[in-house]
Amino acid sequence: MGYSKPKFKDKYENFINGKFVAPVGGQYFDNTSPIDNSLIAKYARSQKEDVDNAVAAANAAKDAWGNTSAAERAGMLNKVADIIEANLEEFALVETCDNGKPIRETLNADIPLSVDHWRYFAAVIRAEEGSATELDANTLSMNIKEPLGVVAQIIPWNFPLLMLSWKLPPALAAGNCVILKPAEQTPSTATLLMEKIADVFPPGVINIIHGFGPEAGKPLASHSGVSKVAFTGETTTGQLIMQYASKNLNPVTMELGGKSPNIFFSSVMDEDDAFLDKAIEGAVLFAFNQGEVCTCPSRLLVQEDIYDAFMKRVVARTNAIVQTNPYDSSCMVGAQASNDQYEKILSYIKIGKEEGAKVLTGGEACKLDGEFANGFYIQPTILEGHNKMRIFQEEIFGPVLSVTKFKDEAEALEIANDTLYGLGAGVWTRDAHQLYQIPRAIKAGRVWVNCYHAYPAHAPFGGYKKSGFGRENHLMMMNHYRQTKNMLISYDKNKLGFF
Amino acid sequence: MEYKRVAITDKAIEVLNQLREKHGELIFHQSGGCCDGSAPMIFEEGDMYLDDSDILLGQLDGVNYYMNQDQFEYWKHTHLTVDITAGRGSSFSLEIPLGVRFIIHSRLLTDEENAELNK
Repeated sequence: MGYSKPKFKDKYENFINGKFVAPVGGQYFDNTSPIDNSLIAKYARSQKEDVDNAVAAANAAKDAWGNTSAAERAGMLNKVADIIEANLEEFALVETCDNGKPIRETLNADIPLSVDHWRYFAAVIRAEEGSATELDANTLSMNIKEPLGVVAQIIPWNFPLLMLSWKLPPALAAGNCVILKPAEQTPSTATLLMEKIADVFPPGVINIIHGFGPEAGKPLASHSGVSKVAFTGETTTGQLIMQYASKNLNPVTMELGGKSPNIFFSSVMDEDDAFLDKAIEGAVLFAFNQGEVCTCPSRLLVQEDIYDAFMKRVVARTNAIVQTNPYDSSCMVGAQASNDQYEKILSYIKIGKEEGAKVLTGGEACKLDGEFANGFYIQPTILEGHNKMRIFQEEIFGPVLSVTKFKDEAEALEIANDTLYGLGAGVWTRDAHQLYQIPRAIKAGRVWVNCYHAYPAHAPFGGYKKSGFGRENHLMMMNHYRQTKNMLISYDKNKLGFF
Repeated sequence: MEYKRVAITDKAIEVLNQLREKHGELIFHQSGGCCDGSAPMIFEEGDMYLDDSDILLGQLDGVNYYMNQDQFEYWKHTHLTVDITAGRGSSFSLEIPLGVRFIIHSRLLTDEENAELNK
């Protein structure tokens, strides 16, 4: 089944204090589709003044919002989920157009998962409780979770609506008002969402600011009117945001990417069965979302005794990937999100070849016909080399897999942990001992065992090492958006006796 | 002969000059992974806190080019050329509003360069 480019208005504004408002400076930027490099629409190019207005609106709304009941907030979160679900195809099509990813992914992954994250946090706040402890016969310690107030969130372009749906629901559920800045490459689904849910929340509770990092992102991250900054992006910007937050003594959470190992032990080939078929797909998941995933399993580690046989099947499966117009339901790998990503990925493939990596498949740009010839497509690529090469150490953020072999468990772990990052990892084996011991020895926040690229709302996600800190998803996320009020109550009628 | 780890193209120097006019003194910092990472970022001098863990790889038209020590360990066998391409990052790098993005091209250091620079 085929879709085509959706219709857009000429231009879109910021969403501040419950209304769409033009940027103070009157400037807009062109947002284009990586599918064919055509114009989508103009979006607000915000400056510090726009950020100030959004922060003021959020601060004006925070007291009333922080005092709403959990039942009220949950009702609103569920309403958002229902609205996204009722318009699933429209959101999917806009997301595909803006980001370049295949329509089958947005229809089946991005948008349904987004819905689930709103529902999950609606459910969490109805079920959780504070705590109370009787410290002695007359003294009660009561812990009440209070919102931080106003939260700034800066999200990336690889899963625009899904990253918004990872960030907004827990912050809102905890009783905070939010200023969220979508990535300038992908402002469309955030705007579409605000059009659909403009009346769901009181004015000022959600504010969306568009624009460029140095002009809008920096004033937001450094604003003294926010109480927390949550960021997903890369390390240098992460360091800068922590610096700005330190001036305000604000807490931050950082999700900063990785170079995730995906490890296959010999036993996966003990049988030629459904599990082996699943394992081969698990290795090919490097191409999922064009490799534009922080946890892209971009380092493939295969035990040496099965290396040749296993790689033969991985290459064959990779070669079977359909790369075509992303609006076509048969498309499996779409366009990279922008020209600079496209150029960067090609430059990495080039240095990989120079460093002596052997191209097992791909290794070039992919030229599509017609209007798609202007889009940014790269062939799923497998490069064989060793872990000291730059292609094994740097996050390429493209459909590029670097593969190497290992002889035993010790060497697998040594290679897996020889990286600056620690976000994700995959372990595949039929050995019950390896199933537990290898994941425990890998220094990463999420280890998928006999699976990969699953992101349920109920499982915490986040990094070790230079991949950041703090967790997303799961109810533990709520504590990143709250502070604890301890009430220490004495029921003793008698004085201390000191004075 | 003096060997260098970094170079810059003429096209990139033009953008550098434009930015210098608007923002004053600048620095490059090579970012690590994720969405907009693995790319050079340019900031006003003094904006980013730098210390001994940031290695100075060289100067490009008077602009210092830094990389974190941990990352440098994996990169030091390669030569980097800063270039400019059409595009849009979403970091705080100052060229982004111009609709362009700094990018690096890499090559392996020659044996002579390697012997001199990584001795």
